[in-house]
Amino acid sequence: MSAVPVKPGDDTPLRERVLRRLRRQPTMRGALLVLAGIVALALIAPFLAPQNPYDLTAINVMDNRLPPGSKGMAGFTFWLGTDAQGRDLLSAIFYGLRTSLFVGLAATAGALTVGVTVGLAAAQFGGRIDALLMRVVDFILGFPSILVALVLLAAIGRGVDKVILAIVIVQWANYARLMRAAALVERRKEYIEAAVNQGLPTFYIMRAHLLPNSIGSVLVVATVSIAGAITLEATLSFLGVGVPVTEPSLGLLIANGFEFLLSGEYWISLFPGLALLFLIMSINVVGERLRRSFDAHRS
Amino acid sequence: MATYALQRLIQSVFVLLAASIVVFLAVYGIGDPVEILVPPQASAAERAELMRRLGLDLPLWRQYLVFLWNALHGDLGRSFVHGVPAIDLILSRLPATFELVLLAMTIAIGVGIPVGLVAGLDTESRLSRTIMAGTVLGYSLPNFWKGMMLILVFAVLLGWLPTSGRGATVDILGLKTSLLTLDGLKHLILPALNLAIPNMALMIRLVAAGTAEAKAQDYVKYARAKGVRPRRIVGRHILRNILIPVVTVVGIEFGSLIAFSTITETVFAWPGMGKLLIDSIYQLDRPLVVAYIMLATFLFVSVNLVVDLLYAALDPRVRLAGEAA
Repeated sequence: MSAVPVKPGDDTPLRERVLRRLRRQPTMRGALLVLAGIVALALIAPFLAPQNPYDLTAINVMDNRLPPGSKGMAGFTFWLGTDAQGRDLLSAIFYGLRTSLFVGLAATAGALTVGVTVGLAAAQFGGRIDALLMRVVDFILGFPSILVALVLLAAIGRGVDKVILAIVIVQWANYARLMRAAALVERRKEYIEAAVNQGLPTFYIMRAHLLPNSIGSVLVVATVSIAGAITLEATLSFLGVGVPVTEPSLGLLIANGFEFLLSGEYWISLFPGLALLFLIMSINVVGERLRRSFDAHRS
Repeated sequence: MATYALQRLIQSVFVLLAASIVVFLAVYGIGDPVEILVPPQASAAERAELMRRLGLDLPLWRQYLVFLWNALHGDLGRSFVHGVPAIDLILSRLPATFELVLLAMTIAIGVGIPVGLVAGLDTESRLSRTIMAGTVLGYSLPNFWKGMMLILVFAVLLGWLPTSGRGATVDILGLKTSLLTLDGLKHLILPALNLAIPNMALMIRLVAAGTAEAKAQDYVKYARAKGVRPRRIVGRHILRNILIPVVTVVGIEFGSLIAFSTITETVFAWPGMGKLLIDSIYQLDRPLVVAYIMLATFLFVSVNLVVDLLYAALDPRVRLAGEAA
């Protein structure tokens, strides 16, 4: 007998029903459009940005803190003004979006990988392994993530890779708990029992049956969590332990403008802040609607 | 109940112990404190002498035992920068953070419960939808950004409130507080509001969800059929039944408020223990960072313990399940 994966019959229809429902919602369409626009801006930032904010030779310190719409020494207009180093804010925001999005996506992917693996193992093996893994999860979730990430980065120093690592460490436990719960439900179903009775190897069952059929709800939660990861990165960078000054994310751009906010030079903080606002809100709306449609069709 | 309480107590001690090991390894295991403490021109003998004096020549597990022993006696090390015991320094900043957290919690509950009730009683209304959309903004936007916007609007543009600091304080039983002077309150209101916003949003969602659920229950239908006035149904039947999750969240969120106060205190230059932590991180003041984490962990674990015990007292199902296991 060949090992044909036995999938439950309503797998594809569920996905299609969810998508069909989502297409009917105008808010969802709007949020998706904004999100697609932001991602596109981040991707083509080098071609679109009037200035390369990482290139120190392109920046003129004499242009520092110019209000929006002023003309700089090099002759072009700073539509959103400049920061304290004379960087064109519009370009800095495009590049900042890149850093913020990259950290958010990479950290979520990392946390998801670790969490799903741990959750799956806990559900499959049960007993002592399960108890031990879940104790670790409880321990980590018992502390506010911002504090753990803050102290961790204080110990290992700042950097894009280190911020990603810190976010993975504080967020994987969430996915582990969700994945375990989903896999435990799935494991009780008959097709898994059938696979076990066929004598299929445990790892094969985990990878080919348990994983694809229980990861759905975890992936949906992960969508919203990308916004959480981006917020966490922005906060850590604002506190000065996040990304390095040479690769400013949106959070760091906002932090750089903070001291000038009090003297009325609002644009240095405000515009990166608005970019962050649109990014987080659009991800949240998309993720939230996705979750609701998914839940509605599940039950 | 006693069995359950004892179980939870032992669990809490283990969590504290585990946390102390993790913190010790994370902070003392990474990097070499001698590098920071001795001048680069020090001789090998001087280095060895300092290592011996700090106990760094001992194997790591013995260093940990010394650290644990001292910690249990209230000694979490001396601040490198300020030269005083770290724990004293943190405790001196505790009242400022505490009044901030207290006011923030009061705002979150005071606004969250009534607004959540309104939103939950008619989930389909335009008002309810607006409130729910607002709560998404409330907890998903970065807290530091909200703080800066509050400063921009109320301090820079309108000029109503000060931007930073604690303002005038008065001594009550030896503790300084800003709650009793007008100037202090003016300084306190923006940071407290900023700290309260995410919790307010959470509280509104929680109460709204609970209300919507309770509203459809038989006991509410029965009360309505009996002719109980709507006000009394809300006050006596619905509100009482949604209080358990509210108590839990208030307890759990107390810990997160202390954590988030680091951000709010940084934005508003509020001289609490959160700002002290951030400053210590910049100054590589290792003992202070360790002392802060251990104290914060102790607070979280104690609060969680109290919440769980309260919860068990309020809901018999919890303690029965705990004893059966």
